[in-house]
Amino acid sequence: MSRPILLKGGRVIDPSRRSDGTADVLLQGGRIEAVGLNILPPDGTQVVECAGKVVAPGLIDVHVHLREPGQEDLETVATGAMAAVAGGFTGICAMPNTDPVCDNQGVVGFVIAQAQRAAKARVYPIGAVSVGQKGQQLAEFGELVGAGAVAVSDDGKPVASSHLMRMALEYAKTFGIPVADHCEDPTLAAGGSMHEGIISTRLGLKGIPAAAEEIMVARDILLAELTGGHVHLCHMSTRGSVELIRRAKDAGLRVTAEACPHHFALTHESCLGYNTNAKMNPPLREDLDREAIRQGLKDGTIDVIATDHAPHHYDAKEREFDDAPNGIIGLETAFGLAMAELVNTGLLSLPDLLLRMSTTPARTFNLPGGTLATGAPADVVVLDPAIQWVVQPEAFFSKSRNTPFAGRTLTGRAELTIVRGQVAFQRTS
Amino acid sequence: MPTPLGKDLTALEYLSADQIRLILDTAEPFKEVSERQIKKVPALRGKTIVNLFFEASTRTRISFEFAEKRLSADTVNVASSGSSVSKGETLVDTARNLEAMHIDMVVIRHHASGSAEFLGKRIRSSVINAGDGKHEHPTQGLLDILTLRDKFGKIEGLKVAICGDLLHSRVGRSNIHGLLKLGAEVAVCGPASLLPRDVESLGVTVIPHIEDAIQWADALNILRLQLERMTAGYIPSLREYNRVFGLSTVRLDRAPKDLVIMHPGPMNRGVEIDSEVADGPHSVILPQVTNGVAVRMAVLYLLAGGAPDWAQAGGSE
Repeated sequence: MSRPILLKGGRVIDPSRRSDGTADVLLQGGRIEAVGLNILPPDGTQVVECAGKVVAPGLIDVHVHLREPGQEDLETVATGAMAAVAGGFTGICAMPNTDPVCDNQGVVGFVIAQAQRAAKARVYPIGAVSVGQKGQQLAEFGELVGAGAVAVSDDGKPVASSHLMRMALEYAKTFGIPVADHCEDPTLAAGGSMHEGIISTRLGLKGIPAAAEEIMVARDILLAELTGGHVHLCHMSTRGSVELIRRAKDAGLRVTAEACPHHFALTHESCLGYNTNAKMNPPLREDLDREAIRQGLKDGTIDVIATDHAPHHYDAKEREFDDAPNGIIGLETAFGLAMAELVNTGLLSLPDLLLRMSTTPARTFNLPGGTLATGAPADVVVLDPAIQWVVQPEAFFSKSRNTPFAGRTLTGRAELTIVRGQVAFQRTS
Repeated sequence: MPTPLGKDLTALEYLSADQIRLILDTAEPFKEVSERQIKKVPALRGKTIVNLFFEASTRTRISFEFAEKRLSADTVNVASSGSSVSKGETLVDTARNLEAMHIDMVVIRHHASGSAEFLGKRIRSSVINAGDGKHEHPTQGLLDILTLRDKFGKIEGLKVAICGDLLHSRVGRSNIHGLLKLGAEVAVCGPASLLPRDVESLGVTVIPHIEDAIQWADALNILRLQLERMTAGYIPSLREYNRVFGLSTVRLDRAPKDLVIMHPGPMNRGVEIDSEVADGPHSVILPQVTNGVAVRMAVLYLLAGGAPDWAQAGGSE
């Protein structure tokens, strides 16, 4: 049994209860024991001074790629879970596009076992929608959920067939899990390597029009209406998508959505000079899209900030733009970017940001955490919201270094991350 | 060693009007070299140049090779098939290995947009883009502009319509950037399915019908229509393309003035251009090819650190 921990005198923000004020937080027996003023800790308690710091429910990322099994040279469950706690995340959801694909209870169990061995962030596997992510036959959701999967997704490969997507939404209702969709019309996006617009025209690269995403967003919304199932729209990138989701939510449909830090921080101009660390899917879009994503996060149209943490090897990105893979890592920069781009710009309050990075992710995927309520799991982060730091990829805990933010000064980062009442990460420098 | 053009030539978008004029002016005396009995000057004697062609090319590859040889450079040709590229070596590794043998310049033709710029940032040798994917083909743009300048005396105020598959054309992009920098008016003409998104943002106007482009322009640059565009669904058929967008004598005869007709080659006769036009009195298609050697000599010479005024003096020692 680990020692109790008292987080003393911090600004305690619990978005789940809309509370924000100076308090102590006592963690004991893997649970939140008490939150209040001048808590008298039991003997043997580890006391952490938190004056000037923020104490909050641990961050939760519903969209990461851990590459294990299959591509352990890029990331493993252990290194990804370590990068997560260094970024303030106590829980992460692992996408199923591994090798083999996480479309059966065996792979789900393996990922969970690797996460237990690592004993860092909690890792929640997401099962595949279809066998082999081939878009033809439904995976065995019942067994996936039974083994510990928290959602299903064919992320990276859109569910092209509307019939299959309908069946997935219907069938997932039985198990109360969301179907997370990578929204992309494959015929419109085929061969594209960046956003279709003035920059792709200048660079002579095949573009992916915003409509490729929006068509599938619209389809998924209609299927959510048809089925009453829960569709979760991954990494929204266009202003049209935000508007479609806003209308769906106004109509009371069961639709949730996420946005990634790079989509509220960057635009397609980052691709100039054929910068492969600005190549991702969905691609970086235009100023108006970035602004719409920000507004969506402000008004709640977009429920969740998720990283789409996508490790790739240096050699794979050190290539001609068309041949480089999509994606960037994000676990260790997400909070600092969100602070710099959303909070310090006056768009979101810090409690609102923590709502989008902790409480709503937990609620959307029915995960433990996201709250400091008494008796809740002791998954807690201590953040320094004001510290300025420079992104140095060589210092990342992730195995990969593919980030467009190298050298950038960010504000705010995790100082102490506690998972199940135990210190999983403590910043030393 | 800094040259008036910098280290590499990867795109006309990156050049200033003065740099483009410098290349064109430097090309003038080199035209004469190719007309001599002994077609050789010692300007690049002792320089080593690698022609790295990852895509099929006749005109451009041979034009570069002639330019290099007429400047007395030592040249090596590398094609992707039969080289270590076919064993999976990366572009950078290939180039770095060549560089380890002490080369001075790399001329690269590659299927990926941005490949020349990518390479230029990673090796010390000068890199010349001989066509990168759908991005730019700067020496083709320069030779087209030189041909127009030969015909009209100046580029400023000239109206040039670039017709056809702008979406996939590196020739189109280089022409647009180069012509606009020198003060020409540029229009693009073709089916909307073959025009890049927001192409107006480059500074051109769109003229949807070739009949209208013929009325407007002083010169037409007719781009090659890649035959695979039909199967990929961009246009219904080559037959219809010719009927709606092809340059025929019937259409050309309605022009209010004598137009200059260019084509970067290779031509699809009877598709984008009819033989009567290609071989007719308005065509400067073969002078384009001739100018290609002079322009490439100028680019090689300037990037090798040659003094502009030396070339002006006749290119001989």
